[in-house]
Amino acid sequence: MTGTTVLEGGFADAPVQASRAFRAALNAMARPGRIEAISGGQAPAPVSGAAATLLLTLCDPETPLHLAGAHGCPEVREWVAFHLGAPLVGKGEAMFALGTWEALGSLEDYPQGVPEYPDRSATLIVEVGRLANEGARLTGPGVKDEAFLTLPDPDAFRRNAAQFPLGVDCYFTSGGRIAALPRSTRIG
Amino acid sequence: MTELTPPQTDRKTWMSLLAKAPAADLARLWEAHGAAPGFTWLRAPEVGAVMVRGRAGATGAPFNLGEMSVTRCSLRLKDGAVGHAYVQGRDKDKARIAALVDALMQGAGAAALRSAVLEPLERGLADVAQARAAKAAATKVEFFTMVRGENA
Repeated sequence: MTGTTVLEGGFADAPVQASRAFRAALNAMARPGRIEAISGGQAPAPVSGAAATLLLTLCDPETPLHLAGAHGCPEVREWVAFHLGAPLVGKGEAMFALGTWEALGSLEDYPQGVPEYPDRSATLIVEVGRLANEGARLTGPGVKDEAFLTLPDPDAFRRNAAQFPLGVDCYFTSGGRIAALPRSTRIG
Repeated sequence: MTELTPPQTDRKTWMSLLAKAPAADLARLWEAHGAAPGFTWLRAPEVGAVMVRGRAGATGAPFNLGEMSVTRCSLRLKDGAVGHAYVQGRDKDKARIAALVDALMQGAGAAALRSAVLEPLERGLADVAQARAAKAAATKVEFFTMVRGENA
């Protein structure tokens, strides 16, 4: 992981790798709580391989990105400039945001969508230390019976889900694995 | 706009030349030069479109002239030099050669490369521009206005 310079870490075979990563991201979001393997991208520390791959797959010059806390270091900003070209913005204008749970802060600070266009909301990529199918109980669309996922703060996600159809969607990344929690999932 | 240092303007000049040079000429000169350094892709060649904007008379309001295809790539040589290329058209091999030239121009062999590849390309483009200007000049129409008495 160390030694990744700002010019390295892009997809070597973009069409194939981006399609595979997109499939993993789609499966994760469609089946909340399911942990998918994702790989292909590398970004300077502290960005995980999974988060770098997600950014390469989802972001381009038309998606404003917010880098929170230590993820906003100069190396990562330059990596974003070379590989994505995404404009770096504050929380209020972000379409995507990347950081640890502590650095990202309150979910309410990000665009929640408006009743006419609930899709005008942010997608958060939360870097977590550990990702496992235990802890908070998830039910709702895409979940058969029930699923479990380690969530950083179940109460915050409960408030987010209560706003449905508004609210934000989250990806959790750890090493080379992702899971997702859309706003439609009920917690507890 | 920030002022460019002399090496930067120099690099800008050759990158601009490589972007506009005909692919066949560039490939021929590159073959003749014979350099084939090893490299790794930082960004494999990819084709995209850019919107070309113009200003009437170079000072008017900007307008969209049209889209053109552009191929870009970035690579790193074994010695660490990084080369970038943004070239006209969709010829990925031309983008590769242009990026290699860009990377090598930052190293020790710059002078030899300049005389073997860049200068012939420059002459070729200048000849084309001159031929076109001469052809246009031959069809130029001069308009005269007679000086009329009442305006004097």
